[in-house]
Amino acid sequence: MSFIKNDDLHEGGIIRDAGNATTYKTGDWRTFVPEFIEDNCIQCMFCWIYCPDSAIEIDTSGDKPIMKGIILDHCKGCGICAHECPPAKKGKSALVMVREEK
Amino acid sequence: MEQKLVALSGNEAVAYAFKQAQPHVAAAFPITPQTEMMHKYAEFVANGESSTEMILVESEHSAMSAAVGSAAAGARTFTATSSAGFALMWEVVYIAASLRLPICMALVNRALSGNINIHCDHSDSMGGRDAGWLHLFSENAQESYDNSIMAWRIAEHMDVRLPVMVNYDGFIISHTADALKMLPDDAAYDFIGKYKPNFSLLDVENPITVGPLDLTDYYFEHKASQLAAYDKAPGVIKAVSEEFGALTGRYYDFCEEYKMDDADMVMVMLGSSAGTAKDVIDEYREKGVKVGLLKMRTFRPFPHAYIAEKLAGRKAVCVLDRSASFGGQGGPVFMEIRSAMYGQQVPIHGYIYGLGGRDFDLQQVETVIEDLQKVAAGGAMNDINLLGIRS
Repeated sequence: MSFIKNDDLHEGGIIRDAGNATTYKTGDWRTFVPEFIEDNCIQCMFCWIYCPDSAIEIDTSGDKPIMKGIILDHCKGCGICAHECPPAKKGKSALVMVREEK
Repeated sequence: MEQKLVALSGNEAVAYAFKQAQPHVAAAFPITPQTEMMHKYAEFVANGESSTEMILVESEHSAMSAAVGSAAAGARTFTATSSAGFALMWEVVYIAASLRLPICMALVNRALSGNINIHCDHSDSMGGRDAGWLHLFSENAQESYDNSIMAWRIAEHMDVRLPVMVNYDGFIISHTADALKMLPDDAAYDFIGKYKPNFSLLDVENPITVGPLDLTDYYFEHKASQLAAYDKAPGVIKAVSEEFGALTGRYYDFCEEYKMDDADMVMVMLGSSAGTAKDVIDEYREKGVKVGLLKMRTFRPFPHAYIAEKLAGRKAVCVLDRSASFGGQGGPVFMEIRSAMYGQQVPIHGYIYGLGGRDFDLQQVETVIEDLQKVAAGGAMNDINLLGIRS
């Protein structure tokens, strides 16, 4: 990851740029990564509701939101999405945690 | 500048000084011997002489927390405490400095428990010496007042932006009526100036985050930038003190030199006991004994280069600590003075005195000067000597 130059750090560690969490990549903290199996997805949006890092990408351009996948720059691999994902398609979930190979 | 000569206790004098800065917020919680200072301040507010918003908190931890919140909101803020109250503030004392908030605090020096004791020593302040605050020490009500005026200028200087604590001895200064000269309100405020905060939590146009999680990736860099501020503080303290001297006729430096010019022997101390020492030094000077005093005013930042220059070439130096560093190689002031003198062949020994308000009397200073004479003649002393203890 890239660091802010020392001279550009704000006094006292104050963060002056609102909404800059999007530039702070936490994806490299991950050990397990959610694998998205689109065929099993019933578009319930549970993953989007529960994700603590806003790392679920959805398409809101249509009448209903559509789950598109995981934003891997911000997903810490906590597994909450896979835990909450209902096994609605013949007992199969759309999100499964797998060990990430880097 | 024409100044009114008044008789006030140290606590009252400091309350006046803080009032003259027109702070927006004060966080108040009582503890002996500080209580009277905030009593006086509350009286100003109740009488309509001050528009400061007083927050009456439920503990000292809350007092410093309220001060941090207030300062982060962009308000000129002060609080005051003593002893165990300062100890309870502990966590937030560090936060105030780390966030670079120019809070001012009166620390009315009192012994720490146990056993419980309400009288003066410097163990409260010395325990907090690494917390990141600037520490100014005062000998009497006048210096307590003057330091409390200058504290704002130093704290709020753009190159510093650090909290400042004004130390003055519990009861000996805080509760003793003393003559001092006070600036007129408008002149004091003109000197201190209007506070311009660097940022404000209340500025909704420019939202900020204060005190975020700061881990292995940036914490060290933030500490490095904090450390750099202490390098700039001495220059600011000197400049502010000179300007204050030009205004009032009372000039201050990192230390006060008393009969130091030709002194073979020097004692170093801080706080009210310097007044006692000066009297005895005068007596010995009449007998032709070349002894002087270096009274420290700024303990943080520690003026190490200045000390090394002032003590160079003396035949004997001793340091008097009004606090102990248990298991350490002497009191806190002694350790720093001797470290500042590293590489110089000046014999230095230390005393611990006055713990829990034990009187520092003339005989003790005589003992110190007799010891200094022995060392100057080639004798040796232990690093740590207890002064004024019953044998």
